[in-house]
Amino acid sequence: MIIAEKKPIEEIIDEVKDFNRILILGCNECVTVCEAGGKKEVEVLSSALRMYFITKGDEKVIDEKTLERQCDHEYLEELRGNIDDYDAIVSLACGVGVQFAAEKYLTTPLFPGVNTVCLGANEDRGLWTERCQACGSCILARTGGICPVSRCAKRVMNGPCGGSTNGKCEISKDVDCAWQLIVDRLNALNKMGDYEKVAPIKDWSTDRAGGPRTVTREDVKI
Amino acid sequence: MSNLNTQSNLEKVLKAGHIGVTSECGPPRGSDPEEVRKKGLLIKDHVDAVNVTDNQTAMTRMSSLAACIHLKLIGIEPVLQMVTRDRNRVALQSDILGAASFDIPNMLCLSGDHQSFGDCAQGQNVHDLDSMQLVQTVRYMRDEGKFLGGDDIKRPPKIFVGAAANPFADPFEIRVPRLAKKIACGAEFIQTQCIYNLDKFKEWIKRANERGLTDKTFIMAGMTPMKSVGMAKYMKNRVPGMDVPDEIISRLAGVPKEKQAQEGIDICVEHIQELKEIKGVSGFHIMAIEWEEKVPEIVERAGLYPRPAI
Amino acid sequence: MKIPANFRIVRVPCTGKVDIIHVLRAFEKGADGVYVVGCMEGDCHYNEGNFRARKRIEQAAMILDKVGVGGERVKMFNLSSGEGPLFAQYSIEMNNKIIELGPSPIRVAKQNKKNAA
Repeated sequence: MIIAEKKPIEEIIDEVKDFNRILILGCNECVTVCEAGGKKEVEVLSSALRMYFITKGDEKVIDEKTLERQCDHEYLEELRGNIDDYDAIVSLACGVGVQFAAEKYLTTPLFPGVNTVCLGANEDRGLWTERCQACGSCILARTGGICPVSRCAKRVMNGPCGGSTNGKCEISKDVDCAWQLIVDRLNALNKMGDYEKVAPIKDWSTDRAGGPRTVTREDVKI
Repeated sequence: MSNLNTQSNLEKVLKAGHIGVTSECGPPRGSDPEEVRKKGLLIKDHVDAVNVTDNQTAMTRMSSLAACIHLKLIGIEPVLQMVTRDRNRVALQSDILGAASFDIPNMLCLSGDHQSFGDCAQGQNVHDLDSMQLVQTVRYMRDEGKFLGGDDIKRPPKIFVGAAANPFADPFEIRVPRLAKKIACGAEFIQTQCIYNLDKFKEWIKRANERGLTDKTFIMAGMTPMKSVGMAKYMKNRVPGMDVPDEIISRLAGVPKEKQAQEGIDICVEHIQELKEIKGVSGFHIMAIEWEEKVPEIVERAGLYPRPAI
Repeated sequence: MKIPANFRIVRVPCTGKVDIIHVLRAFEKGADGVYVVGCMEGDCHYNEGNFRARKRIEQAAMILDKVGVGGERVKMFNLSSGEGPLFAQYSIEMNNKIIELGPSPIRVAKQNKKNAA
């Protein structure tokens, strides 16, 4: 899922301080699972902001709403009825939701309340780690299910590089060397013979480099 | 293995069966070419070619290509080191042609240290190709005379291409398969990371010999003299992929501070003399960083002077 | 020892049920201080409830600091269920601390607003 983390409250205060009627808008999907922008986080942020502005003698109207998702038209449409009640919205959705909402409500200032960090998994309680970089041409079949694009700091296709030490990446002892993981997995699968196959030069045109990406399904369109 | 593909002196020396010697020169953190020439002149008669590093440890320096040109213009043969960290395939091919336009005849292909080690930790990294794919690219441009995109190159580059190998990085079990891969990609010479653990290196080279890899490429053993016990400890503990046995540390520590540098050079010379006899070792790559003036002594005492003139 | 009269006690089955929002809302509605009393660490009937509470109270304190209310106004105490006198003692300790800190800035601000109107 998409992993995000809360922006510091000082940053959000700075964005909304000149507005009077603010909506804090959460999302019930990814940001709820990574505890950054779901209903609970909306409640806490709203309460905190209310208290801040009250103590400054600048009490504001701060409302709370959490949509099922902010990346689908039908849920964002739920705001249509009372969008004009607000001079600003702080969306705690990931970057996708913030943008999609902004495109819908062109005349209402919209601010992001979280930093969208990566596509990842919930590795442990309170720990979310990156797994995918959305390169658009998945090579996991060749690397034992471990991605060198997202998990190798140098995204080498024929790794490891010379800096791999004790199974860790040269950039930090806390980062696993993706290629050590790949080698371990190939061993476990009895496929070490594959290790010597030279991976061809990657086509990055399906990655960010090729420009904003689109997926179209003609068979699904009406 | 005996036909020459380039004008490279290094290629000639190695293919004639001599022990090859290269050393290294780091470009300055500024634009004064005199610093490059000075270093080059210190070592030029004691080596077959001089490696010029490419923004090593991700610290921004004068470009390797420019420094190589300065050396070539004063008659010193360079080895252009090129990392994949900073350039995409357009720029890589372009710089290869730039080098070829000055008849720079050697290249070493590397990934490059991560930029977080250097002075631009907030920068992007590229890694459009990895080091093995870069070796393939150079060979393709030279042997097929084509760009990666498929078009013909006018006056294709004639470059003797090598790759780096680190017998001491983890995991050890794949270090020889990795060497095999680099050779399969077309690496004509290999320069290793600096060696202190002779036993581990001998084990690595033995396995390489067993697979016939040393018949397909020239392996040049990396050597870096220790300046002090402090340097030895630093390299042991802080440099990734480095294996410094405790005996080296004790030997340096057992000597008074003023004598440690000489002890470090003695160790280096002894190691070269020992490894010279090992099957599969085709040469030495002496990296005396900011200590280039000691290279002549090391080369002479190791019995590798004068360099063959072919 | 008696518990001070200005305390409003809210009973929960485990302090693990207390969430950050409960603390913040209490202050929003005019509380001058909040204290959370849970079992001794390691003795939680539900294993980790009081550990979760501790982390949440720490978070709440941080937020209260950032918004100008003051993180010292919220605190967690641990004791075992039979320790009535200790409970009273902690209550008095907390009460004294809050008296020292004065009324919550939220109450002060709301009062000022009322006076100005």
